[in-house]
Amino acid sequence: MKDISLHILDVANNSISAGASLIEIEVDHQPQNGTLTITIRDNGKGMSAETLAKVTDPFYTTRTTRKVGLGLPLIKQNAEQTGGNLSIHSEEGKGTILTVLFNCSHIDCPPIGNIAEIMTILITGNPKIDFLYTHKIGNAEFKIQSQEIKEILRDVPINSPQIVKFIKEMLEENIEEINNCNSNQ
Amino acid sequence: MTKVKSLADLRKMKEELQNKVNLREKGDNVEKLIQIKVGMGTSGIASGAKEIFNFFIEELEKRNIEAVVTQTGDMGYNFAEPTVEVTVPGKDPIVFGNVTIQKADKIIECYIKNGELVEGILPENYDKIDNK
Repeated sequence: MKDISLHILDVANNSISAGASLIEIEVDHQPQNGTLTITIRDNGKGMSAETLAKVTDPFYTTRTTRKVGLGLPLIKQNAEQTGGNLSIHSEEGKGTILTVLFNCSHIDCPPIGNIAEIMTILITGNPKIDFLYTHKIGNAEFKIQSQEIKEILRDVPINSPQIVKFIKEMLEENIEEINNCNSNQ
Repeated sequence: MTKVKSLADLRKMKEELQNKVNLREKGDNVEKLIQIKVGMGTSGIASGAKEIFNFFIEELEKRNIEAVVTQTGDMGYNFAEPTVEVTVPGKDPIVFGNVTIQKADKIIECYIKNGELVEGILPENYDKIDNK
């Protein structure tokens, strides 16, 4: 993975396969402390304690077509090499919470990448799933729920090309806005 | 400073869109549209599936082709990522492997527009004799 945003897309796909109807993604960037915390919470089918113990093992996967599962091991490795960590809590039938901490001042920290693009892919690529996205930089915060977008659109499909483009620009501009208010402080 | 786009702008835009002629009726006729699924499992993402996804979104709009582009999980062709499944209405879905921007362009120009399978595009799930 080239950047952190791609990891978010990858891990969010796990929530989608877990049959989640609501996926909450939070990116919390605190430049003063040099930390970046990613939290992904879903209401999917969850995992048993037994599965949970094995998820970060690269040679464990629930898939039957191959023997490796690299999604979580890769993000774990990337977080740990910055001095950060990854933790997962999961309950069968309730859902899963994944928290990853990166020390973004560390030389080995991957770039954040274009999260607006990733969120657009998730929101418009999975019209049936509700996404709640929060992006914090310092004290500034931007929040959006895909349900709100769908309520406005009603019968216009969320994956119409013009809408996709709009959502991407809206996310990009809002993230930049909170970034600016933070650097002006 | 320019104004940041908000949900209020989306509301305005939606009204404009709705007035456009070619608006589909309530999204019921998705089956009649070309569907493109980009495989975005771990290996797909790592091989650049995101760039391919964005290319389809942008180019289909530019070339005025009505299609639905969605993301999907791993399709089981990890040796040939990024993979793209294209379903043209009335035809069987076809999976294209090792998709680059150039290949994606060919998929649009040759397959989607003219229904031709040209060199450089290999349907990975093409029915083989031993599958039957």
